[in-house]
Amino acid sequence: MSVFLFWIFALMMLVFGVAVVINRNPVASALSLVVSFLALAALFMSLDAYFIGIIQVLVYAGAIMVLFLFIIMLLDLRAEELRKINWVASAGGLAVALALMVQIFAVIGRFSLAKQTFPSLAKSTSDDVHRIGLLLFDNYNLPFQIIGVVILVATIGAVMLSRRETR
Amino acid sequence: MDYFFIGTSLIKIVCLLGFVLGLMNYAVYAERRVSALIQDRLGPNRVGPAGLLQPIADAGKFLLKEQFTPAHVNKLYYWLAPCLAMVPPVITIAVVPFGSTLFGVPMVIADINVGILFVFAIASLGVYGIVLGGWASNSKYPFLGGVRSSSQMISYELSLGLAVIPIFLLVGNLRLTSVVQYQIDHGWLIAPFIGDWTNLGKWLLAIPMFISFLVFIIAVLAETNRLPFDLPEAEQELAGGYHTEYASMKFGLFFLGEYIAMITGSGIIVTLFFGGWHLPGIPDGSHGWIFGLINIAVFFAKVAALIFLFMWVRWTLPRFRWDQLMRLGWLFFFEIALVNIFVVAIILIYFHL
Repeated sequence: MSVFLFWIFALMMLVFGVAVVINRNPVASALSLVVSFLALAALFMSLDAYFIGIIQVLVYAGAIMVLFLFIIMLLDLRAEELRKINWVASAGGLAVALALMVQIFAVIGRFSLAKQTFPSLAKSTSDDVHRIGLLLFDNYNLPFQIIGVVILVATIGAVMLSRRETR
Repeated sequence: MDYFFIGTSLIKIVCLLGFVLGLMNYAVYAERRVSALIQDRLGPNRVGPAGLLQPIADAGKFLLKEQFTPAHVNKLYYWLAPCLAMVPPVITIAVVPFGSTLFGVPMVIADINVGILFVFAIASLGVYGIVLGGWASNSKYPFLGGVRSSSQMISYELSLGLAVIPIFLLVGNLRLTSVVQYQIDHGWLIAPFIGDWTNLGKWLLAIPMFISFLVFIIAVLAETNRLPFDLPEAEQELAGGYHTEYASMKFGLFFLGEYIAMITGSGIIVTLFFGGWHLPGIPDGSHGWIFGLINIAVFFAKVAALIFLFMWVRWTLPRFRWDQLMRLGWLFFFEIALVNIFVVAIILIYFHL
């Protein structure tokens, strides 16, 4: 059953991931990305990593993509839909993607650690929220705080740049 | 494969879904009767005894009207939007514990360890229906409604999330059944006189919990687009907002989605602050199936009381102006919720609760 679900969601994720690239309409692309994120969240949950799966939905599908959609809707979509497909660039992109895939397969095929099966998370005693919290706020507290400051600085910078001069 | 689990889960899903959809229809009827009561009118009282068959007549009208699609809309997304507005609130009910146990089966469909985050995650997907509805209609007023709604929902999601953090500092777990269990052991979170009432820390804790409750309930009002926060569909300014171009059952799905969101929101507020299915003096379902049924009835009675409160608010308060709404969300509720977290943390450390 869970293998069956894995294939459904993996296929869904890949199909909608491709749809993000090949759709001419930006709104359709953004929505495909949302569906792809949802399928990815389902894959996380099938690994019993409920917290990561839910955060995937909450942050990416629920907040970031809404903002993306919000901006896209304000743009003129006609120009994008009417643009001609550049076949040379498409073929080049496809070739690079294929080369990358072959490389990854070649590396993983020779890597002995990649072949072992990891024990399932469900067998552990504490729940994943607790363990992620402990890791973040105990083991890696300083890097976590530094990342917070960096993001704050980036936010302030974005606000400063987008503000209109008042004279 | 555990066939007992799958079978009981299916029965629970079917029963709860049917019950909530019925409750939703009667919430619409109740809204019209309550508004009539407040405005000193009678309201719908002609169809059946005291107008009780009115929801069936409404449903018949929704379904039998012409399924009209305007020529200028983006067809696929125009049809998709009402479904997207309806589905998320229905899914969220899955994690709300609506009773103790009945014949040994826990009365919650999915007791996952990230319960409240699941609620927020799925509720945040609800904005897609409204945004797409506004965009796909391809006309001015719906578009403005969609833009307003997305910014409003994103802003109030923050207060919604921050308001529940004090509860989870106290309970130490994101599971909604643990929140209910904590309230059974230590008394309801905003009613310190229930249970061990001699503890001073509990009384002190009730103050920030009440602030949390106020912030949460106001954020829920904003998230469900109800008055005084119904700017996305403000009839007088936007001619109905994001559902201006919709008719028949497609409008019905938007309309009923709002009511389901209200029921789900009330269920979550009851679970977080009012002890869920617990009423002092009534044991849980392990003492007999009759108590299990009483627990479920208690839960839905509390939900109904909160729905009445929502309606009371809607027919009493005027609508906010757009800039007031944003200032309130970002400069008032956000800060209060943050300070609240600190206060609760200090009380917890000082009183070793």
